[in-house]
Amino acid sequence: MSDTHQHSIAFVRDTMLPEAPPPAMETGIVKWMRENLFSGVSNSILTLAALAAVYYLLAGFLPWFLNGIWDAPSLRACREILQGDVGGCFAVLTERWNQLLFGFKYPSEEYWRPTLAFVLLFAAAAPIMFPNHVPRKLLIFSGLYPFLAYWLIWGGSILSPVFALLGFVTGYIVWNRLVKQSFAAGFFGAIIAALITWWIGGMIVEATVSDNTLLAAVPSRDMGGFMLNMILGTVCVSLSIPFGIALALGRQSDMPIIKWICVLFIEFIRGVPLITLLFVANVVLAYFLPPGTTFDLILRVIIMITMFASAYIAEVIRGGLAALPKGQYEAADSLGLDYPQAMRLIILPQALKISIPGIVNVAVGLFKDTTLVSVISMFDLVGMIRGPILASTEWNGVYWELLGFAALLFFVVCYGISQYSQWLERQLQTDHR
Amino acid sequence: MKKSVFLGALTVAGIAAGAAAAGTLDDVKARGTLNCGVTTGLVGFAAPDANGEWEGFDVGVCRAVAAAVLGDGSAVEFVPTTGKTRFTALASGEIDMLARNTTWTFSRDVDLKFEFTGINYYDGQGFIVPKALGVSSAKELSGATICIQTGTTTELNLADYFRANNMDYEPVPIETNAEGQQQYLAGACDVYTTDRSGLAATRAAFENPGDHVILPETISKEPLGPLVRHGDNEWGDVVRWTLNALIAAEEYGVTSANIADMASAPGDKPEVNRLLGTEGNLGEMLGLDADWAVRAISVGGNYGELFEKNIGENTPIGLSRGLNAQWTDGGLLYSPPFR
Repeated sequence: MSDTHQHSIAFVRDTMLPEAPPPAMETGIVKWMRENLFSGVSNSILTLAALAAVYYLLAGFLPWFLNGIWDAPSLRACREILQGDVGGCFAVLTERWNQLLFGFKYPSEEYWRPTLAFVLLFAAAAPIMFPNHVPRKLLIFSGLYPFLAYWLIWGGSILSPVFALLGFVTGYIVWNRLVKQSFAAGFFGAIIAALITWWIGGMIVEATVSDNTLLAAVPSRDMGGFMLNMILGTVCVSLSIPFGIALALGRQSDMPIIKWICVLFIEFIRGVPLITLLFVANVVLAYFLPPGTTFDLILRVIIMITMFASAYIAEVIRGGLAALPKGQYEAADSLGLDYPQAMRLIILPQALKISIPGIVNVAVGLFKDTTLVSVISMFDLVGMIRGPILASTEWNGVYWELLGFAALLFFVVCYGISQYSQWLERQLQTDHR
Repeated sequence: MKKSVFLGALTVAGIAAGAAAAGTLDDVKARGTLNCGVTTGLVGFAAPDANGEWEGFDVGVCRAVAAAVLGDGSAVEFVPTTGKTRFTALASGEIDMLARNTTWTFSRDVDLKFEFTGINYYDGQGFIVPKALGVSSAKELSGATICIQTGTTTELNLADYFRANNMDYEPVPIETNAEGQQQYLAGACDVYTTDRSGLAATRAAFENPGDHVILPETISKEPLGPLVRHGDNEWGDVVRWTLNALIAAEEYGVTSANIADMASAPGDKPEVNRLLGTEGNLGEMLGLDADWAVRAISVGGNYGELFEKNIGENTPIGLSRGLNAQWTDGGLLYSPPFR
């Protein structure tokens, strides 16, 4: 039987074939494209359509961008240079960059001050944002930074930030002394001590006021440009997180007065558009205050935006608190922890971790909302563009270049915040799933 | 820190409340600067230049008042206001006067309790159309699509005008002037309508201004002028007569170039002498010194010079004098006599 089998096969190979490269269609870029871009009829059509869209966008954008004029005194001069060709007039950016970044009244020889404050911001934020990668001692610098930055940007007597800091220090000392007796005594004692320090400090600052300060004083009205957005954004975000936590905890409190104050505050602020609050800050307060008062406009706006953001952050954090299983609260109680300890050690670390995406969402939205101050005639980045720059006879009519620049600045900051939050989420991941 | 600022503000407020009882003129003199409300930016009328210096036609009025009262045309704190914040800023005392291309209307004068101190620009609503449309009069616009800012008086004026002339139109609602420019250039509407000074500025920003014409019809009255609070007539007089001095100076041929000569000694024109303080005591009546008008005119020139420098035919905006010519040239500018 085996013979018949032998004869039925004409050829038997007795050596291995040499290794051949895989077919061209199944390797490298071609394979990747076949699998990812042209895996079916509909996908191929979508790919081609996307390619066409990208081509049209670039065909419009690249000549405009590459052909752009970076040095010209006015829009008309730009057009003369271009002679009808397509091209952006970026000369407005090179001429007015300082106004876009610092506003039109900040003295130009002092630009280094806000710039330095901006650079130091990273040093101050690092120990808070990357606690495991930066020495803890830098936290002292973070605590001093707000006062240093205020002094750098506003200038004037160094005594005002020093006394402001002293107020917090005395408040903390009194709190430490009295809190062992009772929480309320410590709380109110600290506030009173701080207020007295500020009051005395305020009088000393008034008495020693002089024009020969180390840094020339710059009034709030002269702040503007992207600097104003950054000031409002950083101050309001960093203030609204602690306020938001306090409001969220207050809303869950068993004490009815505190609970209702928090509920009323949150519901009222959330029910009112931010622009209304800004109008109140700018316009209505002027009626309540005595005539001739100049209660600093930036301070008013910071208070309003902080109130607005804290109400939203409070609700985000309440979501985080609600997501925690009840067992966590009970576990904290059974360990014998009191309320502050339970919150600080058990509840808040978990609740805040859950809330990170929500908080970042509010922070990014808040940062972009700072451009709303342009409607109450403050010259932030968008206010500078809409008002002075587009109203100058030289640059009336330059829209894309200016607003594109503004969009770029905001994108860089917001994308940075969002990337940081994703990194933080990965860091804190404990993977229960 | 913030609280210390707040407490400081309250202290200052207490002091200021005592001082506010005096008149605005004394307040301004005591303060040493004039708080003048202007727009956040309007081409030719008020805008800061690359060095942050405010320039423009309305700004010129502020500087003239500051020069008359304080002797220094740069002693002005310009307070930018938007259309929404301007009246509260004036009513609350944050600014001493408002020179912000504000239309003088009955309700603003009577109901909002302001006092218009004169008219520095006679504006009116007009139309701009592409030359290619072949239209030479607003009466031929029946059936046109028209870009119009919503919620403004221009919208109401437009409806009135078309109804009165028995024509119909299709409105394209827009929000801002910038949007209007874009929509009009993109061909979303045949016609764009707003104040004529705004149309001229808009056309100046176009790539080919020659392809667009502003139609001759003016369909509304928009007299723009500086205003002050009701009830402080001494201050109102200062602002009113400073503006009149600028207008009269043009009529009498007093310019920033020849004013030093004319003010050095009494000339043969009595009215000029009284205006420039070489005769009579008009300045004293206002609560100022004799040279007040000389300083007001020197700082930016007379009305005609301000006009030519900021919005006149040699600027990119290229407005002709039209209604804003002197009454002797067929315009409406007519200063009461300095006597």
